[in-house]
Amino acid sequence: MSVHAVAKSLPLPDLARVPTVDEVGVDERVARFQTRSIKTASKLEALKLVLSMIDLTTLEGQDTPGKVRQLCQKAIHLHDSFPGLPHVAAVCVYPSMVEVAKRALQGTDINIASVATAFPSGMSSRAVKLDDTRMAVAAGANEIDMVISRGKFLAGDYRYVFDEIVAVKEACGGAHLKVILETGELGTLDRVRRASVLAMHAGADFIKTSTGKIQPAATMQVTLVMLLAIRDYYVETGRMVGMKPAGGISTAKLAIHYLVMLRETLGNAWMSPEWFRFGASSLANDVLMQIMKQTSGYYQSADYFSKD
Amino acid sequence: MASANRIPVDKTYKIYIDGKFPRTESGRYLSLLDKKEKLIANVCRSSRKDFRNAVLAARKAQAGWAKASAYLRGQILYRIAEMLEGRAEQFVAELTMQGNTRRRAEKEVATAIDRLIYYAGWADKYQQVFSSVNPVSSSHFNFSVLEPTGVVSIIAPDDSGLIGLVSNVAPAIVGGNTVVVLASEAMPLCAISFAEVLHASDVPAGVVNVLTGLRSELTEQFASHMDVNAVAYTDSDQTTACRVQTLAAENIKHVVAREAIDWSSDSSANPYLIRDTQEVKTTWHPIGS
Amino acid sequence: MATPQNKLAFDGGWDYDPAPESTDHIKLQKRYELFIGGEFVAPGKGRYFDSINPANEKKLARVADADEADVDRAVQAARKAYKGVWSRLPAKERGKYIFRIARIMQERAREFAAIESLDGGKPIRESRDVDVPLAAAHFFYYAGWADKLEYAFPGRRARPLGVAGQVIPWNFPLLMAAWKIAPALACGNTVVLKPAETTPLTALKLAEVIADAGLPPGVVNIVTGAGKTGAALVTHPDIDKVAFTGSTNVGRIIQRALAGTGKRYTLELGGKAANVIFEDAAIDQAVEGIVNGIFFNQGHVCCAGSRLLVQESVADEVIEKLKSRMETLIVGDPMDKNTDIGAINSAMQLEKIESYLKIGADEGGEMHQSSARLPSKGYWCAPTIFTNVAQSNRVVQEEIFGPVLAIQTFRTFDEALTKANNTPYGLSGGVWTDKGAKIFKMTQGLRAGVIWANTFNKFDPTSPFGGYKESGVGREGGLHGLDAYVRLGAE
Repeated sequence: MSVHAVAKSLPLPDLARVPTVDEVGVDERVARFQTRSIKTASKLEALKLVLSMIDLTTLEGQDTPGKVRQLCQKAIHLHDSFPGLPHVAAVCVYPSMVEVAKRALQGTDINIASVATAFPSGMSSRAVKLDDTRMAVAAGANEIDMVISRGKFLAGDYRYVFDEIVAVKEACGGAHLKVILETGELGTLDRVRRASVLAMHAGADFIKTSTGKIQPAATMQVTLVMLLAIRDYYVETGRMVGMKPAGGISTAKLAIHYLVMLRETLGNAWMSPEWFRFGASSLANDVLMQIMKQTSGYYQSADYFSKD
Repeated sequence: MASANRIPVDKTYKIYIDGKFPRTESGRYLSLLDKKEKLIANVCRSSRKDFRNAVLAARKAQAGWAKASAYLRGQILYRIAEMLEGRAEQFVAELTMQGNTRRRAEKEVATAIDRLIYYAGWADKYQQVFSSVNPVSSSHFNFSVLEPTGVVSIIAPDDSGLIGLVSNVAPAIVGGNTVVVLASEAMPLCAISFAEVLHASDVPAGVVNVLTGLRSELTEQFASHMDVNAVAYTDSDQTTACRVQTLAAENIKHVVAREAIDWSSDSSANPYLIRDTQEVKTTWHPIGS
Repeated sequence: MATPQNKLAFDGGWDYDPAPESTDHIKLQKRYELFIGGEFVAPGKGRYFDSINPANEKKLARVADADEADVDRAVQAARKAYKGVWSRLPAKERGKYIFRIARIMQERAREFAAIESLDGGKPIRESRDVDVPLAAAHFFYYAGWADKLEYAFPGRRARPLGVAGQVIPWNFPLLMAAWKIAPALACGNTVVLKPAETTPLTALKLAEVIADAGLPPGVVNIVTGAGKTGAALVTHPDIDKVAFTGSTNVGRIIQRALAGTGKRYTLELGGKAANVIFEDAAIDQAVEGIVNGIFFNQGHVCCAGSRLLVQESVADEVIEKLKSRMETLIVGDPMDKNTDIGAINSAMQLEKIESYLKIGADEGGEMHQSSARLPSKGYWCAPTIFTNVAQSNRVVQEEIFGPVLAIQTFRTFDEALTKANNTPYGLSGGVWTDKGAKIFKMTQGLRAGVIWANTFNKFDPTSPFGGYKESGVGREGGLHGLDAYVRLGAE
């Protein structure tokens, strides 16, 4: 196959050169980010930024066109009673739901992200994964969230994992590729860092922590390690890669800690939906509640915010 | 038995530096007389240069000696005791010459041998008694161990020829320090003979260096040298104590004051003397994956 | 790795608004007296000095200036308390008093943190997360030792020394007071403590806590003043022990002053620690370790990692990453919760640091400072690194006690160890490598009392702290910290 031939010609990054990671040191750095106190105007700005970075997600076996349409409605109309709010960055669905989402989001600039490549386990053949990807793109997805083959990675078959990403990237055509490492299955931060390097060299536009189906999903620790990998890759190649923590980020406070971490690790160039996303289903409402609190001065009730 | 006509061969008492027995570079000597003012021997009146050379030797030997296994240091101390036992009669004779009764001399030599064995046994144990694992609140493994202070200068007790010297040298070297020791001024002979025992006991050159001479000339050197990490003095003499600590402050030397101790008593020996010339080193390391 | 070309930008865009710690909960008096015999008493000569906030040069309070007679009163009070009460008290009761101090400090932690930052200039984050909790923990730790001393010294009986005279520095005012007072009391001694003249306030607040805890009068006495007060305390004939933390020069003077007195002493003095980064280190965490090593508490830390030794093969990468990281350090108002680097403690200290910056540059060092904007009022120094320096440079040899790092490279293990040990000091050291065997070879080879491997500037009450060589005599903290306050005898 021609795709495979191209992949073979790309050299693997030298994983031996990837710096090791000290877990306790990472914990300490994360704790430092969490001590940052974000107040008043900077808090409001951060909350709006968080909203604009959300990939509003539904990835259930029970998803129906109705459910997806409601989600898209929410994506467009986060909280219309409060004007001037940004909309979310994207809606993230299974390939079979892309068409529904595309229709529902017609006329907006909200992106349509689709998981692909035998999500969430990735346990299928290369051919099936590529078909999965092409199908989602054909249906209208402009962002593809693929999963890496964790089993192959853990078995040390980095070439397989690398080639697969290269192939999926090609199958994406013009769609942006987010590569899910599923860090909860990689076991150590050292592996997270190596997998990040592998994915970026294979052409990932974004690297993403998790499917949301495995615990632990996104943590600040793994996200920091991935951000550091993005930093080094940028310094070395000049190419910016985006970051998407996904799963488990459900409060505004935590999301703001992520923004602090992003700002102090990669700098302001990354502080936009173009380069940073939150994969989340319930984060948006908590952020909205916080925005209302910031402007009204009153603590809010969940009853006043739409649950879709 | 020497025949009546045979002229005995007298021993030349030299000093001991870096595993060799040089004469003092100063060429000066002190005449040691018995009670009847008869010459027993001429001993070296060591100079500050001799001391300097001794410190150089001690410094050179220190890292290697500290690195020797505790087991090996214990065996070497035991070996010193064995060799001393074999030459006990010579030490008894020297102590007697210097004014001790024979009975007292015999007891002193026996105690000195036992003391060496006592400290030989501590070589691989004091670390276990004095170390600690510290339960810090963060995710770190934290432990404290003893390490030798380094080069120790010792002004040995004046009132005994052997036991005071042995009692102060043994705990210092068993802990991995190297020493320069100033012998009793009144009874210097055993110190040099002890150096000969050390020389025959697998003690590496420079680990123990022995000088004889005048306290009035050498105390200041022992206390002030910038490459000495600790100084021990053993006589309760206010002027010395004051002078030693004043000069020791030049490089924040540790000052070990061991005044008014009866070295012939077993209770004068304990592992806290080893600890006197040890540093506590604490190491932190994260616990993570 | 080639020198990186693509740089990150940390300015512009989203930034943090001021997040000041409130001060409405703190109680500061206009004037502070001496704490002697359980009461706050005016100094005999009626002299006072100002304690100012180094971040804005405003006066915080007037503080009593104790002279020799005042010190004598304090020592007498301590002696009386020692003989009359404290040495007779059952050990477990002694312990309970000390536990009380710990608990009250925890209750008033926020107030202590705020005052510590106001008085000393350190970021509130550090006062709040490091100084104050550690100080309380120190009391809690030693409280428990009071009735267990027979287990600390096998084969010996530990007896108290009597009255301890304690002189502490301005870099960790409350924490150093805790380091000094807690073990002394636990071992049955009474104390006279002299805080540093630029940072006396939290020690005086501690006096309030001690009074609230109901300690018998005179067990803890606090006399404020400058060097003369300290000298009067150290040389007072009726103290049995001196504990000092401060510069090696003053330590030397104290050691001399005590010569021939037979008084016991412990000295925690200066340092010039090497932080050694090997090429196989976890580089990003090592960079954090470098930052924490030298910029923690404005570098006013005796165990600061003020010398960086980095293996040549990763030197460019490490230095670039360090420079980049320095850009994210927030320098400014110590009371702002986001401040990383606060004010330099005093005008005098700032002058000293600045003189070293000049010396470093004059000697040919290449100076780089973060672009942090410094406030106009108060005493400030931007985080600074020197490259192109060698062992022969003064900024490499001498303790600066500020946020100034001297960076050298090395090629081999032996070269790193030799350079690390090539100093009269021996307080602390750091080593960063992923290889276990190398860690132990390095940690064993470093001639220093505290070694941080793959971490830096960590403290804990259970962990002994203190230096080799000119960094001092004795240990504080942990089991070994008890030695300083007991006389050992036959059982």
